[in-house]
Amino acid sequence: MQKLGPYFFILPAVAVMFAGLVYPVLQAFYLSFFDWKIGTDIDDAPFVGFAHFIRMMSDEAVLESLWVTLRFGFWTITIEMFLGVSLALLLEKPIRGASVFRTIFILPLMVSPVVVGLIWRYLFDARIGWINYYLGYLGIEPQVWLGDAQLAFFAMVFTDIWQWTPFIFIIVIAGLQALPSEVLEASKIDGANWWQHIFFVKLPMIKSILIIALLLRLIDVFRALEVMFIMTGGGPGRATEVLSLHIYNRAFTTQQLGYASAISVLLILIVFLLSLAILKLGNPMKDKADI
Amino acid sequence: MAQKRINSPVSIYSHYAALVLLALITLAPIWIMIATGFKPDVVVQSRDPVWFFFVPTLDNYEFILTRGRFDTYLWNSIIVGTISTVLTLLFGGLCAYALARTDFRGRMFTANATLLVRMVPPAVLAVPAFAMVIQFSLDNDLAVLIFFYTALNLPFAVWLLFGFYKQIPVELEEAAIVDGASPLQVFFRVLLPLMKSGYAVAGIFTFRIAWNEFILALLLTGRSTRTLPVGAAGFITDTGVEWGRIMAMGTLIVIPPLLFTFFAARQIIAGMTAGAVKG
Repeated sequence: MQKLGPYFFILPAVAVMFAGLVYPVLQAFYLSFFDWKIGTDIDDAPFVGFAHFIRMMSDEAVLESLWVTLRFGFWTITIEMFLGVSLALLLEKPIRGASVFRTIFILPLMVSPVVVGLIWRYLFDARIGWINYYLGYLGIEPQVWLGDAQLAFFAMVFTDIWQWTPFIFIIVIAGLQALPSEVLEASKIDGANWWQHIFFVKLPMIKSILIIALLLRLIDVFRALEVMFIMTGGGPGRATEVLSLHIYNRAFTTQQLGYASAISVLLILIVFLLSLAILKLGNPMKDKADI
Repeated sequence: MAQKRINSPVSIYSHYAALVLLALITLAPIWIMIATGFKPDVVVQSRDPVWFFFVPTLDNYEFILTRGRFDTYLWNSIIVGTISTVLTLLFGGLCAYALARTDFRGRMFTANATLLVRMVPPAVLAVPAFAMVIQFSLDNDLAVLIFFYTALNLPFAVWLLFGFYKQIPVELEEAAIVDGASPLQVFFRVLLPLMKSGYAVAGIFTFRIAWNEFILALLLTGRSTRTLPVGAAGFITDTGVEWGRIMAMGTLIVIPPLLFTFFAARQIIAGMTAGAVKG
């Protein structure tokens, strides 16, 4: 009984995670071998072997949405890391009222992604959008933001930066404030100036935090689709169709469930590798049990 | 705490000025949403942005509260959010406790696997979930959503609660065991009261995800089982977008997450940063 105890404790959670996360992933893998279309019986779907995977490798739509995802990840994460880390370094000093500001900064993270999409779709609206109005002051003609491939991509990046820079900012501030003061003191006594202090002491010490933040954001770029779904639906063309959204559209707009499953195998592989990288950096749950 | 620091180039005044500016950038879109929900259609449709000075109206709210199916969506969201949160905390708490306090064969595997499945993208679940719904004729059943939200939230909850259990001294439990308490009694009588804030944080994160989730809800719900985000997205139609109504709906959806933020900002930040900072 004593030996079996832990298994009873973990059983419900493990069972639900298996049935709700692991099993669907395995099923997606299984379905990827069949040409199953919406409205037909799954048992009648013809077996196609690796045909979907072979087709995927030269499918311009898949490659394009993968490219969109990578470009989107590159621009958003680069800008968010730069802004978030710089602001955190400048504004890390504990000051009166810091908690009020921090409360405000987490708001974009708490708002539903659907609502974020709705708000920014309104702001980027070509006719009554506020962004066009204020750009008018700078002498910039009204743009059809969400109807032009490049502008729509820019609008997505902009929205993401608004929503996620605060996340980097808060994480990095927490990391900076947790640094041991002795080291900072030592660096000060040794006569480091502000820049040296940042680049040779602080940043190296929070390196692991920066890497984890980067990986978490990257995984999220591959997982999230709501904002694009609401703002553009992936369009115009495929300009803002990230991989997750592409899978959804493949499955439920073009109704190719089997092929969409094959693409989701690709997505799960990418996310799995990124997650392994995080795991390599340390799983806090690995500490030996105390009893 | 009052440590000396190398003089930052930022003076205290510019420090505040920068924070205020950033706060305004953060708040502006949210404020625009709230304001737009209270604007009459004439003001919404005019090309000039109006920040503050307009005659507020409740027309938009009246429309969505009386003519849509807002009450159904709200009820569905509450049911799904609450039940999946309770299940997540119950199952996740037991699992985290076992991982934090006992050593057993497969412990490391469970811990690692839990962290790996945390990242499963909802889009990957879409097709299998759809297949499951067809196979067992589960369309229009909220239980499906509850099930998937519990599964999606469990990894993070286990991981977060693990950290909280680790902070409780083992001696407390040992004393209870010496006094003859069973493992379940130790769990419910000794640990649970000390875990209140841990469960509060995990509960907030879980409820928020369930409350905000869109893509699975869109796929797995029908007319009578739609949740609020799906209802809100439904306001966007090909014939036109009623911005006043959409923003009113958005404001209503955002109320619970906003309340959490104001009452538990510190704990939410602790939960968010725990992943990166302690790890």
